[in-house]
Amino acid sequence: MSEQKTTINDFATDLKPTWCPGCGDFSIWLALRQALVKLGYQPHQVMMVFGIGCSGNMCNFVNAYGVHALHGRTLPTAMGLRMANHDMPVVVIGGDGDGYGEGGNHFIHTLRANPNITYIVHNNQVYGLTTGQTSPTSDLHAKSKTNPTGVIDEPINPLALAIAAGGSYVARGFSGDIPGLTQQIINGIQFRGMAFIDVFQPCVTFNKVNTYQYFRERVYNLEEAGHDASDKQAAFNKALEHEGKLPIGVFYEKERPVYEYSFPQIEEKTLVEQSHAYKKGERDLDTIIQEFR
Amino acid sequence: MATNSLAWKIGGEAGSGIKVTGEMWARLCHHLGLNVYGYTEYPSLIRGGHNTYHVFADEHPIKSTTERVELLVALNKETIDLHISEMSPGGIILYDGEQFEIDEAEYNVSFVSFFSVPIKRLAIEAAEMDLMKNTVALGASCALVKVDEAVLNAVIEKIFSRKGEKVVALNQKAAKAGFEYVRNHWDKEYEYSLVGRESEPSLLLTGNEALSLGALAAGIDYYGAYPMTPASSVLDFMAAYGPQHGVVVRQTEDEIAAINTAIGASLGGVRAMTGTSGGGFSLMVEALGMAGIVETPLVVLESQRPGPSTGLPTWGGQDDLRFVLHASQGEFPRVVLAPGDPEECFYETANAFNLADQYQLPVIILSDKFLSESIAMTPEFDNEKVTIDRGKWATDHELNGPERFKRYLDTEDGISSRPLPGKEGGVFLANSDEHDEFGYSREESSTRNQQNNKRLRKLEHVKQALPVPRVYGPLSAEVTLICWGSVKGPALDSLALLMKTGIKANVLHLVYVSPFPSEYVAKIMQTSKTTIVVENNVTAQCAGLIREMTGEKADHLIGKSDGRPFTPEEIMREVNNVLK
Repeated sequence: MSEQKTTINDFATDLKPTWCPGCGDFSIWLALRQALVKLGYQPHQVMMVFGIGCSGNMCNFVNAYGVHALHGRTLPTAMGLRMANHDMPVVVIGGDGDGYGEGGNHFIHTLRANPNITYIVHNNQVYGLTTGQTSPTSDLHAKSKTNPTGVIDEPINPLALAIAAGGSYVARGFSGDIPGLTQQIINGIQFRGMAFIDVFQPCVTFNKVNTYQYFRERVYNLEEAGHDASDKQAAFNKALEHEGKLPIGVFYEKERPVYEYSFPQIEEKTLVEQSHAYKKGERDLDTIIQEFR
Repeated sequence: MATNSLAWKIGGEAGSGIKVTGEMWARLCHHLGLNVYGYTEYPSLIRGGHNTYHVFADEHPIKSTTERVELLVALNKETIDLHISEMSPGGIILYDGEQFEIDEAEYNVSFVSFFSVPIKRLAIEAAEMDLMKNTVALGASCALVKVDEAVLNAVIEKIFSRKGEKVVALNQKAAKAGFEYVRNHWDKEYEYSLVGRESEPSLLLTGNEALSLGALAAGIDYYGAYPMTPASSVLDFMAAYGPQHGVVVRQTEDEIAAINTAIGASLGGVRAMTGTSGGGFSLMVEALGMAGIVETPLVVLESQRPGPSTGLPTWGGQDDLRFVLHASQGEFPRVVLAPGDPEECFYETANAFNLADQYQLPVIILSDKFLSESIAMTPEFDNEKVTIDRGKWATDHELNGPERFKRYLDTEDGISSRPLPGKEGGVFLANSDEHDEFGYSREESSTRNQQNNKRLRKLEHVKQALPVPRVYGPLSAEVTLICWGSVKGPALDSLALLMKTGIKANVLHLVYVSPFPSEYVAKIMQTSKTTIVVENNVTAQCAGLIREMTGEKADHLIGKSDGRPFTPEEIMREVNNVLK
């Protein structure tokens, strides 16, 4: 174990990020590494799961154990990792298309299960990597390559959806506020259960409406506004605010049983520890086989 | 013929306890030391519709169902209408004449006896429960085939002891009522009887049960699945018995989540498996390629039912061979194996985990409804024959070298050692994108070639490690039947029937279908007088594969797609037909 304290550079690979200059992904990348340093982790102690999209391309720039999962499938992959080894923190990075579109079903059901993971969604309301199509969070009537006359579908409300699905920690950040976002990620990782953080992350290339300027004019801090994050109804009301002012911070926070801590068979040792200690014949199957004799 | 060879069948509405009753009769025959095969048919609904359970018991080895019925327990008239044509001469149809009336003349069969037993009345009198009808029918069946009441009582006690003494006593009372009614009211000859005999210890279980036990013996740690017939019983089994052996089981929101949780768990370092049928496997296809490119071990059960689409949900077939061989975009190594009976389900599932770990690839176990849900007599499992090989794990020496550890190091056999996530020095990216030796995304032609060739190279090595197919029956024969998966049973059982029609045949059974044992099969194709591929699909999927892999064309094909299993009689008839 290294005596020296890790720095944000320890959590960066040698590869140069491929995002557009000014992309909000840079800020989330920085905030994530700052959070991991502040929490005292070393790269090999952290498991990252990335989705597919501009956000998921961060997989090449974060030095830690990582999975670049299939599009939309970050959460089940993370669930599997946590079941195998509930001693290793798992942080999931994905985008709005990945998590709310392709992976919408997993989003709902993983929130219900409540594994101890941190899920950070880069929400830029557009498909960046495929060069500018509509996303599930695109504003109503927003024009894109795939909806040239404007979106007909109501945008998804990820925060309200998360609260309704049983989310135990539901927050929103803004990539324009790196110190605030760093602290949110720290809080998320420290939270016992699934911490979901939707992040306003302006796409400087394909979204000319929801820009840094747009968000700076609208965001306000929930904590400063006196919001009670233990009040589910109040959290819903805040999640439904999307005209004019846009709240950031923790909408809802309430601990409840964590999925992978609910199995007596892995209370003492992690599944992976047991797995590698297993020798053939150790499981006495005779009581089961007796029924077939 | 008459002693210790009996095909018994019960039929009635779905929801009337047909399956439990059928299994009890099968266990009774097993208890008598007979060879047993039990096959159930049921529609995809919970109440109503027609259900049957067919139990064939014989003192000679049997590995499949039969078209015969000597004792038919008809809980409704429909059962008689549908199955009277299957009755053997001298057979009995046992029905409850107080519940439904029949006109014997309507059926116009002189060689079958109809015997009305007031099953429902006896059940209510004996146990005050309509549900006990089935046990009354079992008691009546025992009396007809001259099995002592005590044998049935012992079987009832064994099956119901977990539910308490009261349940045991009620069932025994109901059985007695049925038994005595027959004793007092049946005065004709019935030439079929069962006599207990000494036999080697054996198990009576389904393919899915054997497969689940094989997975447990192999040290499975995680099973994630979404219910789908005929694979659901593995999920049920794992949920019931897994936790006490340290297994974590999750019923996921869908099959996509099922396979991706299994991939995540495997990447975390444990032995992981998922299971489904063709429809669910369709949803898993993308992730199968994910396991291929990130080179993580994975065992997937695909228990076939006839498609396409929702198809025939509760029936069986072998429609998905080509599908699982080629499923998912891109080229990556995989192993596909198709066990033929519960014994192979046990050992080959255990082996599937080893192959997955040793070669770091997905292994697909191809079963089907007939194998997954039928119960068959199986020799006791020998744990000593199970080996556990977790493959190449990165040593501390490898992880702490002067250069950064390469998870996807280009090696001679294509297999690179994997670090346990969390180990210092082992950081890597399991990347669904094409990647370099560290796992980072790369699109250069040289990296692509290096990694794609490395992965595919594993196939040559795994091929050498796979057991060769087996030939059953005489070494030299006029006809060689070639089959894969569950057709093994009826094919083997057809040999004696074929011999009676003057055809000396043997059987080549394929368990491992990918990588394909080309050299071995080519030799058989070249040296056999007449080859006939028998498979439960109508597009000659395996016959085509043989031709592709060996250049040899089978002389004849026997296929079907009606959702029903091959019977030995059917194979015998079809072989005679194609040879005409």
